[in-house]
Amino acid sequence: MPQLNAVPMSWYLILSAILFTLGVAGFLFRRNIITVFMSIELMLNAVNLSFVAFSHQLRQVDGQIFTFFVMVVAAAEAAVGLAIILTVFKNRQTLSIDEVSSLKN
Amino acid sequence: MNFFLISLIKMGIVTAAFMTTLAYLQWIERKVLAHIQSRLGPYRVGPHGLLQPLADTLKLLMKEGFIPSHVNKFFYLLAPFLAVFFALISICVIPFGPSVEVLGVRTDMGLADLSIGVLFILAISSAGVYGIALAGWASNNKYSLMGGLRSSAQMISYELPMAIALASPLLILNDLSLRTIVNEQAGFYLGVLPRWTIFQMPFPQIFSFVIFLISGFAETNRVPFDLPEAENELVAGFHTEYSSMGFASFFMAEYANMVTVCCMATVLFLGGWHPLFPSTLGSDFVPVLLALAAGAMLLYHGVAQPISGRPWDRLTMPAAGVVFSLVGLVFLVPMLKPFLIPLFWFVSKAGFLMFTFIWVRGTLPRFRYDQLMNFTWKFLFPVAILNLLITAFAVALQEPKS
Amino acid sequence: MDLILFILFATIAVVCGISLVVQKHPIGSALSLIGVMGSLAVLYLLLGAEFIAAVQLIVYAGAIMVLFVFVIMLLNAGEEAPGGKSWPSRLLGVPLLTVFLGLLAYLMQLMAPSMGMVTFGSFNTGAKELGRSLFNNYLLPFEVTSVLVLIAILGAIVLARKEID
Repeated sequence: MPQLNAVPMSWYLILSAILFTLGVAGFLFRRNIITVFMSIELMLNAVNLSFVAFSHQLRQVDGQIFTFFVMVVAAAEAAVGLAIILTVFKNRQTLSIDEVSSLKN
Repeated sequence: MNFFLISLIKMGIVTAAFMTTLAYLQWIERKVLAHIQSRLGPYRVGPHGLLQPLADTLKLLMKEGFIPSHVNKFFYLLAPFLAVFFALISICVIPFGPSVEVLGVRTDMGLADLSIGVLFILAISSAGVYGIALAGWASNNKYSLMGGLRSSAQMISYELPMAIALASPLLILNDLSLRTIVNEQAGFYLGVLPRWTIFQMPFPQIFSFVIFLISGFAETNRVPFDLPEAENELVAGFHTEYSSMGFASFFMAEYANMVTVCCMATVLFLGGWHPLFPSTLGSDFVPVLLALAAGAMLLYHGVAQPISGRPWDRLTMPAAGVVFSLVGLVFLVPMLKPFLIPLFWFVSKAGFLMFTFIWVRGTLPRFRYDQLMNFTWKFLFPVAILNLLITAFAVALQEPKS
Repeated sequence: MDLILFILFATIAVVCGISLVVQKHPIGSALSLIGVMGSLAVLYLLLGAEFIAAVQLIVYAGAIMVLFVFVIMLLNAGEEAPGGKSWPSRLLGVPLLTVFLGLLAYLMQLMAPSMGMVTFGSFNTGAKELGRSLFNNYLLPFEVTSVLVLIAILGAIVLARKEID
């Protein structure tokens, strides 16, 4: 029985794993480009949680620095990704990833 | 247990004061605007319309909360809640005064002192856009959607100069906790000039103060940046489809945001609760003199020279005059002095900034959309960065330590 | 207290995560993601990472997700069309993911005894420690990231601007 003022470290990691799996599920199952993109962000968030948890575990600040970099890169990625989505929508009038397949044939 | 009790009492006081301020801010705004436009403003409900906020609140509460049939119900109901939540929560990190001793208990004036107070305010204010954007989207009305789109674009754009303008005083003050920030601004140069951030060496932050205030106008969607709710273009923008409490929530959120921006500017740039000149030169008597002057003026107009045509003004104005004079005398009570005087300075600075908000609304026309974007990206943002650079150099040159 | 807060916000995060996957409308997914990010910020606070919690809210909830919502509103994206999934993916997808999650959780639990507990306040890092580390040990990555962001800004402008014919 865990005490009330402490949380087992593994719970944080399991939460991170659950969120990551949900991100993977969204990435695989959804057909809307924007939702797929958001699932990627969810996966990044899940990884960030384990970074911060490990930073606490090892009493080192480096994990948080990594989280910081992930956030910055995610911001850059969102800007470029959304610009690409806007361009795709302008050219094809659709947001479904199944219909954006001209590289296939 | 003691801690919880004190926190609860403080919460009650701050909530009551904040809500009253929000209600009366609207009355003040209508009065000031009216006088700028040579009108009288609210006058019928109570003496000089003083009960108007009560009547308005009652009206909004009694109105039918009508939900249009074509809206997305969940988000339609969520949006005003989000807007008002994010607007009200920021007040809890604002320090109103120094730590004081009341009935033998030492406590800070202000609810919480976060070590990341400035970042907390930034985070909350950046989340405030969701209420407006969602309201615009869920209303399923093209004018509302335009309003929501405009507001989200505007708030993202103006957040940048705002954050950078905030960063420059932080370089000088070297802390993120709002209470420490105010404490750092205590004292005077040469015995007269206060060490507020807008005057503080090595580089006075007057530019970032102006930039912060301008971005604050945009963040709160006030004139001249009120494009999300421009009446002549978008009916009422994002809150077109809202009635009764939904509308009241947006209204309240707007005023609460205004109060937050003014408090933040006071804390970061105007030295919080520190007086304009040292108490050795008699700054403690300023509130007394102000209140006595106001009381004397009211008495003069009420008794000696009645200007108003209504009979009961001859009764209420002298009564108000007496009340004002008594309030002035309260500032002289030694027991209340330690927390009333700092509170007076804080409130008068924040109040002056709020008056500026209303003043600008009565003066300036609205921006065009492309002007709005050009202004922030081509002028405000570069100036803010330049200011940050100069401040950084000045701080680096001044401090000998590595 | 710690445990209650953790369970509360972990539940919110998981529920919002599930909602992200099952919501039909992109706006619903976006709001669920904001919910996940908000509760993660509280968990960061519990882990003593104050600065990261604030940055999480400012950057993720305040900037990136506003951008998402803005684009969804701008494109007026409707509910996504169902179908297009092949039979094997429909049959195998969920079980495989559950196995994946189970495996991860099992590995964590295996390592658990050596990892100990998290108590609030035992390790706090404010902006100061983070800044010191960032500008001493990680200066080069920091600068490289700033170049990356600059490139991203340029790329976004090039991609999204109107062609001048």
